[in-house]
Amino acid sequence: MKTSNKSVNQEAKNSFSIKGYFLRHIQVCLASLGRICRSPVSSLMTIAVIAISLALPAGMHVLIKNIEYVTSGWDGAAQISLFIKKGTTEEKVVNLKNQIELMGQIDKTEYISPTSALEEFKRLSGFGQALDALDKNPLPAVIVISPGIEASSPQQLNQLVESLQDNPIVDHAQLDMQWVKRLYSIMDIINRGVMIVGALLALAVILITGNTIRLDIQNRHDEILITKLIGATNSFIRRPFLYTGILYGLLGGIIASVLIGLSIGLLSDSVSKLSSLYSSGFELKGLGVDGTFTLIAGSTALGFAGSWVAVGKHLGKIEPS
Amino acid sequence: MIRFDNTTKRYSEGHEALSSISFDLNEGEMSFLTGHSGAGKSTLLKLIACIERPTRGQVVVNGVNISKLRKSKIPYLRRNIGIIFQNHQLLFDRTVFDNIALPLVIQGLPHREIGRRVRAALDKVNLLGKEKLYPVTLSGGEQQRVGIARAVVHKPPIILADEPTGNLDPELSAEIMHLFEQFNQVGVCILIASHDIDLLNKMNKRIITLQQGKIIYDGHEMAPKSYHNHENIQ
Ligand SMILES: Nc1ncnc2c1ncn2[C@@H]1O[C@H](COP(=O)(O)OP(=O)(O)OP(=O)(O)O)[C@@H](O)[C@H]1O
Ligand SMILES: [Mg+2]
Repeated sequence: MKTSNKSVNQEAKNSFSIKGYFLRHIQVCLASLGRICRSPVSSLMTIAVIAISLALPAGMHVLIKNIEYVTSGWDGAAQISLFIKKGTTEEKVVNLKNQIELMGQIDKTEYISPTSALEEFKRLSGFGQALDALDKNPLPAVIVISPGIEASSPQQLNQLVESLQDNPIVDHAQLDMQWVKRLYSIMDIINRGVMIVGALLALAVILITGNTIRLDIQNRHDEILITKLIGATNSFIRRPFLYTGILYGLLGGIIASVLIGLSIGLLSDSVSKLSSLYSSGFELKGLGVDGTFTLIAGSTALGFAGSWVAVGKHLGKIEPS
Repeated sequence: MIRFDNTTKRYSEGHEALSSISFDLNEGEMSFLTGHSGAGKSTLLKLIACIERPTRGQVVVNGVNISKLRKSKIPYLRRNIGIIFQNHQLLFDRTVFDNIALPLVIQGLPHREIGRRVRAALDKVNLLGKEKLYPVTLSGGEQQRVGIARAVVHKPPIILADEPTGNLDPELSAEIMHLFEQFNQVGVCILIASHDIDLLNKMNKRIITLQQGKIIYDGHEMAPKSYHNHENIQ
């Protein structure tokens, strides 16, 4: 009797050594991985659902980041287009252009004659021949003004537009900033939408892992009963299920980042073609190291949360009787 | 080692499975629990392992009153008890080795120690060559011996066995009883529930007889046969 008590104590000591503790965690983790690999089809389905649920909002986030990056240079890029009245001589127009340049607060002005405007329109629209049929050029002369940064506030810009509008040869002065503002507010809405969708899909990931773990617990009902009967603590029984959830999340996160990487790869060719058309050196940006890390860590945390919920709800109910 | 003190167990259906049971089992004592089907043998064993809680009275195991044992402490109580179940309760998707190793894995023993002890237990129950097999490929008696090996592998001071020779032929039953005697000789307290009167009489150990949840006999004499027709008694 004495000897057996002693051996129990020794075992207790062994089980509390730190090295042994980590070793056992690694063992449980590997065992859970083995279990996942032993039913590859159903595991892959769960992991794929997790990956897609996460790749969707994360991919949209990447896209928005790219759009924000492209448009970030447009903040101070308000332009004022002065449409000149028909029949105004080119000389007067150039005069006005020079006047404006002397006004201060002006970065740059550009004169587009009706002829060059028509040329450009023909080239870009592809209606070349149809436009050739016109005997009169319908386009007005335009002066494009880029205000300097000193005059970039909406108020100042509006004042500038009003003063230019008063010039007798100006038919119409238009501030081209509205659409930048609109773009920003649309992106803001999309951003919020992505966040809401992301939150919902994160919840979905928790539910998916939770449900998978619940089925796993059901399948291993007898095993849980037996291990409880021979003295397994709750944390011992819980551990493999938690690791399974963590692994689902981890693998789902990795596959989600791969999916996003692949999509970026597919898109980047056509994007760089497009941006070279606009003679911009823009390249599509992927998740980046930080983003990938966040995605995988978040996914792992969601898997853990899902299994935690399932384990909390279903393990306690299994008691031997 | 084990003490019942006016212990009553009433299942929620209202049926009293054990009524005011009192007895003591000493350290290193081997005894049998017998009685008709439904007498309360399994219930009594379940109370010791804290699988069921007494409705009234006390159950003391190893000096601890377990009638009020906190749920989180139950695993540590069970580690001091090797339980052999009426049905073998083996894990059929694990090898014989893994089944027997389970109590040691639960207690977090180092790998090498587990291997050593499992092989020692396998040797005890004469199954040394079969550690890599799965339980389905074993005979009933071999499965029962795997269950016994699992119950003793962590050297618990108490062994409880519920019908350990249930479906076995007399020869195998005797062999398994001999095994229990061996454990008893190294100081393990053993309580075996069994129907098998002939076997009990051969063993010449203490016998506790239950009838309708009451102890009607407790001693070393031959087990009374009367409980077999208890319906006639009433
Ligand atoms: N979980 C339960 N809920 C309700 N009643 C139960 C439960 N378990 C056992 N009983 C009842 O308690 C009584 C004693 O049952 P127990 O299993 O202890 O008998 P036993 O002596 O082990 O019988 P056997 O020899 O057939 O195994 C029986 O009348 C049984 O119906
Ligand atoms: Mg029984």
